[in-house]
Amino acid sequence: MTPITGDDIRALVQPGRVSRRLYTDPDIFDLELERIFGSAWIYVGHESQVKIPGDFVATRIGRKPLLLVRDAEGNIQLLHNQCAHRGSMVVASNGGHTSEFRCCYHGWTYHLDGRLKVAPLLHGYPAHFDPKNPEFAMLRVPRVASYRGFVFGSLAEHGPSLEDYLGFMTTSFDDMVDRAPDGELEVAGGVFKHTYRGNWKLYLENLCDAAHPLFVHQSSIDAARQQSDEVHSDGSGEIAIRQMRQNGAPYSFWEENVGIWTYPNGHSFLGDYHDDAKLVAALNDPVFRDYIATMEAKQGKEKTRRTLEVRRWNSNVYPNLSFMSQFQQLRVVHPISVNETVVHTYNYRLKGAPARMFENTISFANIVNGTGSLVLTDDLEIYTRIGLGLTSAGSEWLEIGRGYAGDLPAEHGGRRGKNSTSEVYIRNMFDAWLGYMANDVGTEGTRATAPQAVAEMRQ
Amino acid sequence: MTLPQRTVQPRPHSGAFDAAECETFLVHEARLLDEGRFDEWLSLFTADAWYWVPSEPNQASPRDTISLIYDDRRLLETRVRRLASPRIYSQEPRSRTSRMIGNVTIEEAAADACTVRSKFQLLEYRRESQRIFGGTSLHRLIRGDGGIQIVWKRVDLVNCDAPHEGLVVPF
Repeated sequence: MTPITGDDIRALVQPGRVSRRLYTDPDIFDLELERIFGSAWIYVGHESQVKIPGDFVATRIGRKPLLLVRDAEGNIQLLHNQCAHRGSMVVASNGGHTSEFRCCYHGWTYHLDGRLKVAPLLHGYPAHFDPKNPEFAMLRVPRVASYRGFVFGSLAEHGPSLEDYLGFMTTSFDDMVDRAPDGELEVAGGVFKHTYRGNWKLYLENLCDAAHPLFVHQSSIDAARQQSDEVHSDGSGEIAIRQMRQNGAPYSFWEENVGIWTYPNGHSFLGDYHDDAKLVAALNDPVFRDYIATMEAKQGKEKTRRTLEVRRWNSNVYPNLSFMSQFQQLRVVHPISVNETVVHTYNYRLKGAPARMFENTISFANIVNGTGSLVLTDDLEIYTRIGLGLTSAGSEWLEIGRGYAGDLPAEHGGRRGKNSTSEVYIRNMFDAWLGYMANDVGTEGTRATAPQAVAEMRQ
Repeated sequence: MTLPQRTVQPRPHSGAFDAAECETFLVHEARLLDEGRFDEWLSLFTADAWYWVPSEPNQASPRDTISLIYDDRRLLETRVRRLASPRIYSQEPRSRTSRMIGNVTIEEAAADACTVRSKFQLLEYRRESQRIFGGTSLHRLIRGDGGIQIVWKRVDLVNCDAPHEGLVVPF
């Protein structure tokens, strides 16, 4: 294969359009794993999943299997799940509690922080072999950091701090955590795993797309609108149906009432789409009234009011994380191949909130992120159809120009669309993409700072 | 959509259920699903029924854990109405399915109600690829005015916690 140069990469992204190769070329996909997933901060789990020393959970960055571990000193470690001996995956379960990690092949055994503890038959090795050398270990991912309980890892030794990387998006995490009366979240309620035969980038490109629901989700919008509210519901169906009806809001709503904001490093959020009065947490809902009372008792009226007036729909953290602070949902997009993607979605319990609030979160997850959802299944169909469509040798270019002429500078170094139907958030992601991908001479450290420079250049 | 009248059930009986009668009913239900007669399938359920496909093995509750499907009667009606929509893109082209039902046992029986356990295998063909599902179903059945009715149905897929492409045709 001929090396792909920075000029090759830059030629694939033009104002308002990108080459189809970004979704179909296996060489570009491999380069994305190396340059984007090999240096960006990637979400790997939540501190509540590893509460006490010895707790661990399987996770990954790109396609690399990793373990998120609470070590004996109480520190969070992120280890490559690979034995230093013959490369076997050491831990085969999804998670659990242990005092050490032992490879089942020849018994090489590791401390919780990855250091080799003991191995049998340590004699007769050549000179390079030194079991005290930190390289003979389940290797640690170079950088791990948390923001308010959300843990990220970076495969690059150097780069911006997590908080600098997230920038203004920290406020979306704040919004999620601040909604907990006790100021903490915990992962609960299981994991949805869905897959589609299309490129990984398509997923985040859809999540702030305000122009697709009226078409893609027409079957569920129509079905929900025709549904009689007299029919028996235990509450879960009611939440789902309200959500589907809201997807049918007319274009005028999206163009006049909803905004989209983007920030350096490829991040963005869609605002104002739903609010508590329209959805699960309707103000006259007794569960939500209890919740507000609990919040006010623990945090005071004024702080509660300020917390609940934040209205954001999906917050996207480039390259592969999207979350919904109002309903405590989070999705992680895992690239498998250029044309295959797996998405894991999680729910978070608001500590100190009435138990029924989490039941609402579950009902909401089922309709928004569920593998058998009446809504998400049509999104998955679109991702697969794009994968299928791009197998034809049709147009070289895919358009991402909607609202291009109306993009405006925003606070905190950002750019916003004139309104929510702008594809500014996709253009913003490709600015970040270019920063990582076109940097064919830089070190890993400079790569991670490049997207911001590109975004500034374009403003 | 107008909800149809209840279909005439095979073998109208009264009193206690037996396994053979339940099997006939389950085969009838499977046929309605295979033939895309979803309105008729819906009419098998009682007015306050629920239909549940857990996301985890041995899942205790649909309230505190996500489910591949958890429909109360209202959402089940919406699901069935959507299946009939010409705009349901995840069913364009339509799936073709073939179900085998077996190992039918009555787990618990009262005078006019019972819980039936059965195994199923389901082939789903759509757009040049075929998926296979299998697992255990539990049905709570009662005798209604028009025949046997489903009070609740739980379907545990063997691979409930695997990554799946969209699950659109009911199990």
